[in-house]
Amino acid sequence: MSNKPRKFKGGIHPYDSKALSAAKAVVNAPLLDKYTVIVHQNIGAPPELLVKKGDAVKKGALLAKAAGFVSVPLHAPTSGTVTAIDKCAGPTGISVPSIEITADGEDEWGFPFEPIADWQSAEPADLKQRVWDAGIVGMGGAGFPAHVKLSPQKPVDTLILNGAECEPYLTADHRLMLEQAEEVVLGAAILARILGLEAAIIGVENNKPDAIEALSKVAGKYNIKVQGLPVNYPQGAEKQLIYALAGREVPIGGLPMDVGCVVQNVASAVAVADAVVKGLPSIERITTVTGEPLVNPGNWRFRLGTPISKAIELAGGVKVQPAKLLLGGPMMGFAQSSLDVTVMKNTSGILLIPAEEVSQYTSEPCIRCGRCVECCPMGILPATISQAVENERFDLAAQLNVLACIECGSCSYVCPSHRPLNQHFKRAKAEIMAARRKEQKK
Amino acid sequence: MTIILTSLVFAALLGAILALIIGTAAKAFAVESDPRIETVTDMLPGANCGGCGYAGCADFAKAIVEGVAPPSGCPVAPASDSARIAEYLGITSEEKEKMVAVVRCSGSISVTVRSPYNGVQDCRSAVLVAGGAKGCDYGCLGLASCARACPFNAIEIRDGLAVVHPELCVGCGKCVDICPKNLIVLVPASVDVHVYCNSPEKGAAKRKVCKTACIGCRKCVKASDNEEQMLIDGFLIATNYDNPPLPDLVEKAACPTTALRLASKHAAGEYEGVSK
Amino acid sequence: MPEETTASIQLPDAKKLVVSNSPHIRGGETISNIMGHVLIALAPAAAAALFFFGLAALEVMVLCTVGCVAVEEIWNKCAGRKPTWKDGSAALTGLLLAMNLSAGAPWWICLLGALLAIGLGKQIFGGLGFNPFNPALVARVALLIGFPQLMTSWVVPQAGKFMACDALTGATPLGASGAAVSSIHNLFIGNVGGCLGETSAVALIIGGIYLLMKKLIKWQVPAAFIGTVALISAVVHFFNPEMTQPPLYHILAGGLLIGAFFMATDMVTSPMTANGALIFGFGCGLITSVIRIWGGYPEGVSFSILFMNALTPLIDRSTIGKPFGYIRVKKEG
Repeated sequence: MSNKPRKFKGGIHPYDSKALSAAKAVVNAPLLDKYTVIVHQNIGAPPELLVKKGDAVKKGALLAKAAGFVSVPLHAPTSGTVTAIDKCAGPTGISVPSIEITADGEDEWGFPFEPIADWQSAEPADLKQRVWDAGIVGMGGAGFPAHVKLSPQKPVDTLILNGAECEPYLTADHRLMLEQAEEVVLGAAILARILGLEAAIIGVENNKPDAIEALSKVAGKYNIKVQGLPVNYPQGAEKQLIYALAGREVPIGGLPMDVGCVVQNVASAVAVADAVVKGLPSIERITTVTGEPLVNPGNWRFRLGTPISKAIELAGGVKVQPAKLLLGGPMMGFAQSSLDVTVMKNTSGILLIPAEEVSQYTSEPCIRCGRCVECCPMGILPATISQAVENERFDLAAQLNVLACIECGSCSYVCPSHRPLNQHFKRAKAEIMAARRKEQKK
Repeated sequence: MTIILTSLVFAALLGAILALIIGTAAKAFAVESDPRIETVTDMLPGANCGGCGYAGCADFAKAIVEGVAPPSGCPVAPASDSARIAEYLGITSEEKEKMVAVVRCSGSISVTVRSPYNGVQDCRSAVLVAGGAKGCDYGCLGLASCARACPFNAIEIRDGLAVVHPELCVGCGKCVDICPKNLIVLVPASVDVHVYCNSPEKGAAKRKVCKTACIGCRKCVKASDNEEQMLIDGFLIATNYDNPPLPDLVEKAACPTTALRLASKHAAGEYEGVSK
Repeated sequence: MPEETTASIQLPDAKKLVVSNSPHIRGGETISNIMGHVLIALAPAAAAALFFFGLAALEVMVLCTVGCVAVEEIWNKCAGRKPTWKDGSAALTGLLLAMNLSAGAPWWICLLGALLAIGLGKQIFGGLGFNPFNPALVARVALLIGFPQLMTSWVVPQAGKFMACDALTGATPLGASGAAVSSIHNLFIGNVGGCLGETSAVALIIGGIYLLMKKLIKWQVPAAFIGTVALISAVVHFFNPEMTQPPLYHILAGGLLIGAFFMATDMVTSPMTANGALIFGFGCGLITSVIRIWGGYPEGVSFSILFMNALTPLIDRSTIGKPFGYIRVKKEG
């Protein structure tokens, strides 16, 4: 492993706005009366429901079991009764199946798992099974089942933990690394054991020096290295992170395991540590609730199924009407149209963007200024591809390697014509994949 | 004078030589083709809309002459023209029923819950962003992808809702392929009664986001002669196009949300502002 | 019991929340502020032109700028498009066109130039962003070929006199025979005959530095352009001093500085990639030098830039390189 991180080409430096919440310690959100837990919280198949209306559940009880390998189980965030199995507003704007649990106020654990105190001599397969049983997914935002990542089909020699948190406004991982540094390192060690490795690296952007220090103090216990990274969005993107820390380029259309790496978010690592050592399933996470319109931005530990409206209430409500409400970060997050969406395992941030900061897309023509080409971390030609998409030339877009795009949004950020480049690429990818599926069917 | 004469002679000679070359080439390099194909191509409407499933009228004509496609396969040509083609070629051709498109949604802006949307003004791109920022996940987004695709300008976008004018529609099917919500279906032109809703959600949930949704109350089913004229699929009712109801069903049923409409009246805008 | 007066907690109105694709924040640049900065960068050169050529220069600049904006808006109206003058690109084209004309240019040349620049050079292709050639140069070259005598008679500068000058014509520094007409000092400050924008080197260099500092242009283009001209003229001058002037003279004389900093760097018509910009600048420099030293025209900047504009899409495609993670297919055997 190289000592100096490699700089990837391109990237942007947005104003990071983290000062709004970086210094605020994580607060445990109070127990609510009702939690509306969304069923499908992972990439892959949605879990199969096991409970029905009227069932009494304890905290941590199994609500749904994994449906196949690429699927994870879902657990109850508190003790109470299942009062409805219905649909609620989903994070992508489409209503999704959900389980409504009315809390009984006792918050009594069902403790579905035994803690594995001696994990250092436990079988890696058992540890991995525990990761699966606890319902852990990638908590950086993707939501990919963690146990699948830990079952690579190619040999792996590097474990990387993603503590970069390159998105502006978000500070959840920062506070986690600062306040729970020991658990982060413990999680890294457990993950390393599952993969059969002796060491791991945690990558943290240099704008979090206190987190780097906190981690470095405890990292030596388990042979974990902490590496500071230059502040450059999207440093936290998987491919760019692997390039920086291991010097390897993940092939287009490939996965990190193709270059012998596995990447996990630091929050996922803490969830793994909790699942193994304390026997806790994944039912809560740290989320940053922030934005200039909020009265009191900060970081909270929410349970799954907490409505956004409650989260905003905890943050003191709004001083002015925001232009947008986002789940995730401002560069890759999803804009919401309803306050009834609830917190999921991959909700890293709830952002309210004021009208002055928000982007308004226009269909002004491309002036070929080249700023998008300069900042693209994947080295493609965003300007030309977007012109091809506007003319419905998806074959040309494919030739120009639009499938390499990671949708980081850097190009749209810098475009002086405010063109909706990211949306064009999403469309191009959807059309190309649909055309390929049609070809395969023939 | 001699100059003019020489120029004229020279030009004439040059023209004659070139004509000879081109004529010889036309004969020598001529492509063998059935002369009937050209005649049939002229008999077709020439819209090149692709509604027959072939790449333009000339391609379709070739298919007819080869016996692969029936003359009635052209949705634009009236039955008399198809009969003429059949007569010319000496084949028999069955009547094909005229089809028109129907956009099965009545959720215009004034009756639905929508969020302000900012981005590419195209339905296929908008659907990738929060499903198009409309309260109903199944409804029409009104960004005119179908209207732009229609070669006959038969689709109008009124108050954010796509409306087909049945008298202009020829049933070529281009709009059916374009709509990302699969809202458009081709139905027999003779049927005028349709249910303008496509959402399978529960009635109460639908009503919250759209005032003219079909809530599945089944009044139309009861008001029909109960001969399976209206098909029930959970909370969504649909016209049975194999056994369609008569137009008077709309008045008889008195649909509480005006989801049940006559296509002709819907195109004329007579249902605007009627819903409660 | 004291009554608690808690300020009511306001929740956002969900119906007003805008939905769009990510990213949801933006950098600060817009087309109008880019154009504005370029206009600021041109200001020293414009001021120098006013100083040396007086009110005639003002007339030319105003006519060209207003003419360009007018042509664009009339075209937009006739074509049923929205007005686009606010983005500032027409005004910029107008000013650059003025810089390419002599102070003695009659009013109808200015207006004709505006029509050619905006109508033929830009709107006919679809407006901003669609033109393959630099509009101001299209107009200049069209006028040059259409009215050669008028376009090659230059006004002698009269520093400090702000009256409309008489058309005292004189030769440009590059001259037809390639002999030196002015001193280096005069070239530097601008006390020479020529187009409005070709005279004051110091003003242009100040503008160029402003553009570079604000990162509005790619440094590769002027560096390669000026560097190539300097190199070729140095080599030729070394072997045959009679044939051409020394490199410093070449750099300061004629339209090289304005071409390298303001015309060749026009975003729409120059490559987007860094390596592409280098090739573009090199090509411009090469053609300029060839025309200046061996060609029939004394000035080659306009032609070279237009020629390289035509090659821009090709340069872009060839210099983008492979994307991150490209799988190189190994050839068998």
